[in-house]
Amino acid sequence: MKDLVVLDVSKLPLHGTGMASPTWWATCTFMLIEGMGFGLAIAVYFYLMSLAPQWPIGAPPPDLFAGACLTVLLVASIIPNILVSRWARRRELKKVKIGLLIMSFFGIVPLVFRIFEFPALNVSWDDNAYGSIVWTILGLHTTHILTDLVDTLVLTALMFSRHGDNTRRYGDVEDNCLYWNFVVIAWLPLYGCLYWVPRL
Amino acid sequence: MQEEQSGPPMDTDLDDRELESRLAKTWSTRPGFWGKIACVDHKVVARRYIFTAFVFLMLGGLLSLAMRLQLSQPEARFISPDRYNQIFTMHGTNMMFLFAVPVMEAMAAYLVPLMVGTRNIAFPRLNAFSYWIFLIGGLLLWLAFALDAAPDVGWFAYVPLSGPQYSPGKRTDLWAQMITFTELSALAVAVEVVVTVFKQRAPGMSLDRIPVLVWAMLVMSFLVILAMPAIMFGSSTLILDRLVGTQFYNPAEGGDALLWQHLFWFFGHPEVYIVFLPAVGMVSTILPAFVGRPLYGYMLLVMALITTGILSFGLWVHHMFTVGLPRLGESFFTASSMAIAVPAGIQIFCWLATLWAGKPVYKTPLLFILGFIFTFVMGGMTGVMVASVPFDTQVHDTYFVVAHFHYVLIGGAVFPLIAAIYYWFPKMTGRMMSERLGRWSFWLIFIGFHLTFFPMHILGLWGMPRRVYTYQPELPWASLNLFVSLSSLILASGFLIFFIDAIKSWRSGPPAGANPWNASTLEWATSSPPPPYNFRRIPVVSARDPFSPGNDELTVATGLRTDRREVLVTTIVEALPEARESSATDSVWPFWAAIATSIMLIWSIFSPWAVVWGSIPIAVALIGWFWPKGEAEDES
Ligand code: HEM
Repeated sequence: MKDLVVLDVSKLPLHGTGMASPTWWATCTFMLIEGMGFGLAIAVYFYLMSLAPQWPIGAPPPDLFAGACLTVLLVASIIPNILVSRWARRRELKKVKIGLLIMSFFGIVPLVFRIFEFPALNVSWDDNAYGSIVWTILGLHTTHILTDLVDTLVLTALMFSRHGDNTRRYGDVEDNCLYWNFVVIAWLPLYGCLYWVPRL
Repeated sequence: MQEEQSGPPMDTDLDDRELESRLAKTWSTRPGFWGKIACVDHKVVARRYIFTAFVFLMLGGLLSLAMRLQLSQPEARFISPDRYNQIFTMHGTNMMFLFAVPVMEAMAAYLVPLMVGTRNIAFPRLNAFSYWIFLIGGLLLWLAFALDAAPDVGWFAYVPLSGPQYSPGKRTDLWAQMITFTELSALAVAVEVVVTVFKQRAPGMSLDRIPVLVWAMLVMSFLVILAMPAIMFGSSTLILDRLVGTQFYNPAEGGDALLWQHLFWFFGHPEVYIVFLPAVGMVSTILPAFVGRPLYGYMLLVMALITTGILSFGLWVHHMFTVGLPRLGESFFTASSMAIAVPAGIQIFCWLATLWAGKPVYKTPLLFILGFIFTFVMGGMTGVMVASVPFDTQVHDTYFVVAHFHYVLIGGAVFPLIAAIYYWFPKMTGRMMSERLGRWSFWLIFIGFHLTFFPMHILGLWGMPRRVYTYQPELPWASLNLFVSLSSLILASGFLIFFIDAIKSWRSGPPAGANPWNASTLEWATSSPPPPYNFRRIPVVSARDPFSPGNDELTVATGLRTDRREVLVTTIVEALPEARESSATDSVWPFWAAIATSIMLIWSIFSPWAVVWGSIPIAVALIGWFWPKGEAEDES
């Protein structure tokens, strides 16, 4: 078969960002998978609730303090997160480096509060089905924060290395910001379920 | 951006020979054992995937023969009751999770990049990772069987039977963790396929020019993405119930046994379409090549694929009609179960119209397709029957259901798959399969299939329950069972001939040439088997048929680099070129990541701490995977 050249693509950039980047789309599909997982967890929560004569089963509602602090922190982290994303788009290396350090901080501190959230549930995972689902939801979201934190730490290290100043890396930073937004947004309905539905 | 015009070597102004040798240098896998382990070529990985899945088909087939041996006469003593439980569970689990889904995903991983005209699948390392995870998950299950520790609770592992109280030991945990392995690998391939179809189509391949098979694989991938989390949630919570005492499925503590069924079938029903939609795509692609006219109703077929995908999520409760749900709920699910017959009907009519208007050439792939249409329609009719609650109440858990789902699974997916193997084998190996053996295998499989499975309808109506290891001589089932068992030997011999044909042709079949069927999709525009870089230059598409077989010219694009693996990224709707993206090089890290993940998953059957300690090696492997190595592929 003979080739008939009808198009020259040599002027195209070597890497696209946003919707032109395959990694961006992959991040979106991963969010779809995980969103589905969280959606199911919430569905199971309400399913079990609909069966139970009273809810929560055999326990007072969770204490609010630790969870509220964590939620405030997560929501606040959106601001630096969006800034980092913007700096990455403009390829401002220095600001991105500082921003990533801040975001690492915002990844670690919520975990400290998370440690106190588990006892604040006032129920053990093996007490009853209520305990099982709330521990599972909290556990799932903790894994979520942890994975993104590890990702952020590795990215921070990368940006401080000689590989940092590279469109591809800036794209990674933007995708990481996108994902962190998802971590925060996914938490809000879970937070409502865990802390406020039992108080209804 | 920082690229200098005189800098990196480009494919412009090179003659074909020179270009091919440079691309081969950039894209080839290194020789040797570690080279093979590190390989990320989608064709190589997919071939391994397909081969492995067929090995599992063979093993699962052997198990079914063992079952038929045991059931061939009343009160037979070939297999103990416990072993029989393991065998039917292994057969179902193996066929669904280790054969049917993986083989369809693997066909997608092989064909989609070629059909959309790109050089490798998106995220090739994830693809390699997915294969290793699949392989290890399969080995895990079969190793358990060899050690007499295979699951024995049926392929859908209903609680309470599979719960901590009635299934002590590790058998059920092995089942549940095998699920995690296979779902992980399926999800990975699904993500790759979605991104490949969205972003790596050849310039000009707008949405309305995507080949039907690619559409089918895209819808299948979305079904995987939306359905698999349910089963992963289910199997993980089952393990938690069994390992650390959570109470999800324990009614005494506020849990619920039906919750398991909801989670399982929310995945399990779309699962059927995960297997069936690719088959639809295969049939729609193969048919035109053997009737000498284009497919009738491209738009209708694509719409039917998408509708089926959406409706498949509204059906799961029809597997649970007998558990006593609210009446209104049942009516809703009956209606949606019947509604899904509409897109299926549209598909069938499009195929019949294509056949009607063309001049069919009865080669092996077409035979299997005709066998598929006939068999699938029969399976669909018993499907509409069991969608009605009173009828289902009668035949639930009898051989009628076993007959029904083998009609749709073997008729609806395995027949098209074998057609697809006969059709694409020349592309994958460069050699033709034998027409003579192909005909033999078709007739043996087709006749053997109907003789084996049709009588099961009758056995079911006569009240024979499924999953029984034997039955008493007073019951009127013996002669029909013997007949079924003998017929299954005919069926098995058909498969045997197919396997022999595949192996023989692989070694010494006649050379195929680039386009033996005069087809017009892009995979036929390159040599058979395709070179590691798939296409010398990226094709440019300007019609639904990217090229016409008679024409010796292919419109292409130039301007890609030859010193690094580069693919073209295009826009999602119109496929206008957007960027030249690099494609990952070979790496052993996906292999190590898969090993680390497997250790964590298997260990976690025994101790919850595995999740903590086992995650550390995984993180290390992932960092090794993603950390830039200063290659040309990392430039931007
Ligand atoms: C090759 C010929 C095959 C034969 C002769 C065969 C035979 C059987 C028989 C006799 C049973 C019922 C066991 C029992 O209830 O005691 C069974 C169950 C089953 N088969 Fe097959 N089968 C074949 C191929 C397949 C294929 C290709 C698939 C899927 C793609 C499949 C999927 C299943 C499933 C899901 C079950 C249910 C297992 C369970 O009850 O847990 N079979 N098969």
